[in-house]
Amino acid sequence: MPRLEPALRARLAAGGRCLVPYVTGGFPGVDAGLLRELQDAGADAIEVGIPFSDPVMDGGVIQEASRVSLEAGTRPRDVLATIAQAALDIPVAVMTYVNPVFRLGEDAFLDDAVSGGVSGLIVPDLPVDEAGEWIGRCRRRDMATVFLAAPGSSPDRLVATAEASRGFVYCVSTYGVTGARERLAGTAREVVESLRPLTDTPLLVGVGIGTPEQAAEATEFADGVIVGSALMARLVEGDRAGSLGLVRSLRAAVA
Amino acid sequence: MSTPARPDARGRFGTYGGRYVPEVLIPALDELAAAWAELRDDPGFRGELDALLRDFVGRPTPVTEAARLSHELGCRIWLKREDLAHTGAHKINNAIGQVLLARRLGKTRIIAETGAGQHGVATATACALLGLPCVVYMGEEDIGRQAPNVTRMELLGAQVVPVTAGQRTLKEAVNQALRDWAGSVRTTHYVIGSVVGPHPFPGLVRDLQRVIGDEAREQMNERTGRDPDVVVACVGGGSNSIGMFTAFVGEPDVRLVGVEAGGRGSTLGEHCRSITLGQPGILHGAMTYLLQDPDGQTASTHSISAGLDYPGVGPEHAWLHDEGLAEYVSATDEEALAGFRALARTEGIIPALEPAHVIGWLLAKPLEEGSTVLVCLSGRGDKDLDTVRHALGDGPA
Repeated sequence: MPRLEPALRARLAAGGRCLVPYVTGGFPGVDAGLLRELQDAGADAIEVGIPFSDPVMDGGVIQEASRVSLEAGTRPRDVLATIAQAALDIPVAVMTYVNPVFRLGEDAFLDDAVSGGVSGLIVPDLPVDEAGEWIGRCRRRDMATVFLAAPGSSPDRLVATAEASRGFVYCVSTYGVTGARERLAGTAREVVESLRPLTDTPLLVGVGIGTPEQAAEATEFADGVIVGSALMARLVEGDRAGSLGLVRSLRAAVA
Repeated sequence: MSTPARPDARGRFGTYGGRYVPEVLIPALDELAAAWAELRDDPGFRGELDALLRDFVGRPTPVTEAARLSHELGCRIWLKREDLAHTGAHKINNAIGQVLLARRLGKTRIIAETGAGQHGVATATACALLGLPCVVYMGEEDIGRQAPNVTRMELLGAQVVPVTAGQRTLKEAVNQALRDWAGSVRTTHYVIGSVVGPHPFPGLVRDLQRVIGDEAREQMNERTGRDPDVVVACVGGGSNSIGMFTAFVGEPDVRLVGVEAGGRGSTLGEHCRSITLGQPGILHGAMTYLLQDPDGQTASTHSISAGLDYPGVGPEHAWLHDEGLAEYVSATDEEALAGFRALARTEGIIPALEPAHVIGWLLAKPLEEGSTVLVCLSGRGDKDLDTVRHALGDGPA
């Protein structure tokens, strides 16, 4: 499995910016074929969600996608199987919430993730100060730990987040949950610029980025973008071609 | 009264509690924890709060000896009358305290979640009193079964926002309030309604609800010359029970009993028995006992009582359980209905369906003859008349 941070760094070294699309695992149509098509459309890495019943960091689109996926009977291992089946050349980071990890057991969950070919984990309701043991377990498996930095994070917390993050730092662009916004919030630049002196791990902006214009604007100061709700909104409407078209135009915009 | 040393600096009650929330909320939780550490024993703040509790809420609430019920049960039953607090339940103790605190923090907007509507009404009331705008998230299912409380909240000037996700009850209302808060945290305070959620909420809400037990212990000693043998309260999220238990925790001669909602039976999905049938898990920012499936997805729940219809429980209860400092039992929907009817007919008090679970449990006569029992009668039953009428098949209640 390709490792997350080297893949992103390679893109940056070549003078580009990183594009990480998000899809909700187990949602109808989110199969190994789609993951390969996202790769072909220009993704540098893919974030795949293991759906959770109570996704408090997610807005309406991903809530709905998660609900549909769970109602279809999706289990964590199904999502990992899809990732393994896709056999991608780019890395995959799994996003889920802390309770599915805790319930299965951190070690068991991580072993399954490694077997599925996952390179990184994003757990938005596991802030860095609750993640001591988690970080050690991920390090032992060379699993990248992506933590979130947010507007309003104190200088101390930014230092801790920067130190704990591998793969990339997920810079939350604004106050709020996932979902498209009219414009990129000014706080996105503040978060990135305050982290920049603290780490050389790539700084990717997510939450509220849905258009090529917003992606281009964000990559003027950030190392890349994560795009989730805008993509899932198209998939929820059954518009697979539209979702891939969006990824291609995002790729062109962040070059 | 002494202040419990729980939770620790990281918000832990043993292994329970903590702060499992998105990073964006952490600064507000830090701010709230620091403010509460400073204000909870501050004479100015305490004075302002105590005056409101006395003059507006009507505290202290009485304890009433339930003579006819006592005769029937062979025990001496005393009721702590939180149903007589303004707005009809203990929820106001917490709401007033948190809205006062929010004002001190300079917040200009209040949000809350509500299940049965009692916490929503209490928060809307506190906001009307203190002049702050209020938004209450409420599941559509609960809006249906607690309609009078929706009218109350709207009359009090609050905006009630229906939540249509999932089971459309309390859990989803909390999710939606947390999402609002993630976006509004600089100007908004989230008045969480029970001893759940991320640190500092479980300790903060307990500190504001412990007035129940502090008063009741003193009243029982005045009336009976000693502590009760048994203290019983219902447990959903667990705020009235923690409020009652805190005055007695660690007293070797006082048995503390929490009654969970047994719903229609012990199959997952049919009840709300987080402690007695759940496993440790993480929901709404805290590690606690949780009803969940083998993949860690939160389970659906059922209770006839909207206020107990919640898959988790306050982390301090999880700790009290594991430490053996309190015991947890359950009463089914049917037992709660029997309790509801019994209290109405023997004592002239129509209880909320939540504390009716306590009466229902007592009717099974699980206690030693002659015991002195203190019951937290956490609220009145006006809100539940439709539910009860429906459950009893439209016959006379």
